[in-house]
Amino acid sequence: MELKTVQTRHVPVRYLEGGSGPDLVFLHGAGGVTAEDPFLNALAQTHHVYAPLVPGYGDSEECPEIRDMLDFTLHGWDVVEALGLKDPILVGHSMGGMIAAEMAALAPHDVSRLALICPAGLWDDDHPVADLFSLMPYEMPQMLFHDAEAGAAMLTAGRNVEDPNFLQTYLVTNARQLGMAGRILFPIPERGLAQRLYRIKARTVVVWGDSDRLVPPFYAHGFKKGIAGAELVSIPEAGHMVILEKTGAVVEAVNRLG
Amino acid sequence: MKFTWFNLMPWPYLPDDFREKNRSVWVDIDQKLFDPAKSHEVYNTYMDLLEYADTLGFDGVGVNEHHQNGYGIMPSPNIIAAGLARRTKDAAIVVLGNSIALYNPPIRVAEEFAMLDCISGGRLVAGFPVGTSMDTNYCYGQIPSLTREKYQEAHDLIIKAWTTREPFAWNGRYNKLRHVNIWPRPIQDKPHPPVHIPGGGSVETYDFCIDNTYSYSYLSFSGYLRAQALMSGYWKRVEERGVDKSPYRAGFAQTILVADTDEEAERLYSEHVSYFYNRCLHVYPGFADAPGYRTIKTIQTGALSQYAPPRGGYTQLTWKELTEQGHVIAGSPETVRQRMEDLIKGLNVGNIFCLMHVGNMPADKCMYSTKLFAEKVMPKLRNMFPDWDDDNRFWTSPLDKRVTAGRLPKEAPTGADLAKTYA
Repeated sequence: MELKTVQTRHVPVRYLEGGSGPDLVFLHGAGGVTAEDPFLNALAQTHHVYAPLVPGYGDSEECPEIRDMLDFTLHGWDVVEALGLKDPILVGHSMGGMIAAEMAALAPHDVSRLALICPAGLWDDDHPVADLFSLMPYEMPQMLFHDAEAGAAMLTAGRNVEDPNFLQTYLVTNARQLGMAGRILFPIPERGLAQRLYRIKARTVVVWGDSDRLVPPFYAHGFKKGIAGAELVSIPEAGHMVILEKTGAVVEAVNRLG
Repeated sequence: MKFTWFNLMPWPYLPDDFREKNRSVWVDIDQKLFDPAKSHEVYNTYMDLLEYADTLGFDGVGVNEHHQNGYGIMPSPNIIAAGLARRTKDAAIVVLGNSIALYNPPIRVAEEFAMLDCISGGRLVAGFPVGTSMDTNYCYGQIPSLTREKYQEAHDLIIKAWTTREPFAWNGRYNKLRHVNIWPRPIQDKPHPPVHIPGGGSVETYDFCIDNTYSYSYLSFSGYLRAQALMSGYWKRVEERGVDKSPYRAGFAQTILVADTDEEAERLYSEHVSYFYNRCLHVYPGFADAPGYRTIKTIQTGALSQYAPPRGGYTQLTWKELTEQGHVIAGSPETVRQRMEDLIKGLNVGNIFCLMHVGNMPADKCMYSTKLFAEKVMPKLRNMFPDWDDDNRFWTSPLDKRVTAGRLPKEAPTGADLAKTYA
């Protein structure tokens, strides 16, 4: 995947591009995405993949104008337009799934294929989504992965977590990225999507890891029920980072859209 | 020098195994540990102590705002301050402060502060903290990365509401108000009550205080020795900006405990200090700083939340370490005087927020320590900054003639009395 820049109304947007096939836009989760991401690279085997970074993620510029759900949603469409794409397959993971669902609800005639992978966006008091923002780094693996040990290794890959420089970079990155994500996820990742889901016309697959402890699989049913004709693919032995734990199965689910 | 007797109002009944059984003293503290019936006495004792400080000549009595918190059971400092406004005579009512990003619309704060200023006869010092991440983000649900922007708008609106003499419209991002016209408005109107900004080291706050002639108050629990770096950063900024270095531009909170001798201080107070550091400051690190709450610039200066526990926690710190490292200033009047002088000179601070009540300290010990400080220490520290005696930009300007509470006659007049009076 190659890191490029495209100009939008408010801010230059960094995006990853690679592969060939039908156009596919991937919207990343609150943890961000890198060029080495195995899921993106797997998608790129069969698709022309574009993965824009939310402003503030990676090395991209922050964007103070993007503050609420409508701003994120319109920014999403601004990026699609800036990339010159018409009706790309829209794929979103976690926070990205929430944004993708909002984009599809806002402009139902501009998206015909939608994949939502453990998306945020709905809320039920009896099945609370975990408080991502107060998690300590050592609590992340068990929250994000079915296999916490293997997950921890993926998260820290090659980095010395005791190194003060690493720690400061980590804090700055967290402040930039999760600070931005907080505008739609904090303190409860719900911004009224439930009442807009009916507008989605896209053919939709909803993908969930059975052992997702961040956004419980309970919510899969909310999305399935809310979006007419949505197909649910639940994947065993996978947590919230199902795209890393069961990359092949998720790609297969996305491929059902064509 | 201005000395404010400051109370956090800790809950004094946290059990011995509090640390082991509870994740955090703040945000998700066990509801069952609060006993409303017991709180009746706790609140009234704390208010009595604040009132007692007024009788001993403290310049101010101070209260602050925290939520869902075992070390500060004062979600509304204005309620306490209203009681104090009635029952104190001369002390400034220092509300440090109201977390203005939490109120919609924040003109409620402008109004309540105005009421406090009016009731107290112009004795209000208004504090506007951005608030801790625990209170502001985790308890009151403000979005971390937008908190500062919301705070700034609330501040601008409050100041405009205080200083504008005709109704105005406010089209803000967070507040849409067609008619702003607060009634009452503050007595102190040159141009408004003095403002203190409690800060925890965010560099943006330095300029904000300098720009507006507000006092920067560093409320720390780790004492003056560790505060040197942060406060010298502030004074460096003051110098860079080319404004005067009046010590009243700064305030500092310090735990102070006085007894007849150093040994007696340890004997009397060490258990309460230990209670404070080990139970009251037992904050789950995940709550200390919501990502996005602190600016990148501040993180890069290394100023992280003081609520994030130090490596290894406070548990290992002995009384000796706590006092020698300056977390706590404790001992005989002479020891305390010396260390207070070091603090005042070292940090160049004119406003001291004296934390004279600590943890689960009973009222008798607190009164004893407070009295010793007021009588044997405070007078010797009064004239630390003779060059700045006339600097009243950061303190109250009360009315000369103030009424006192309870001045009405015991009995209602008769009709005949009234007929005479209003003949």
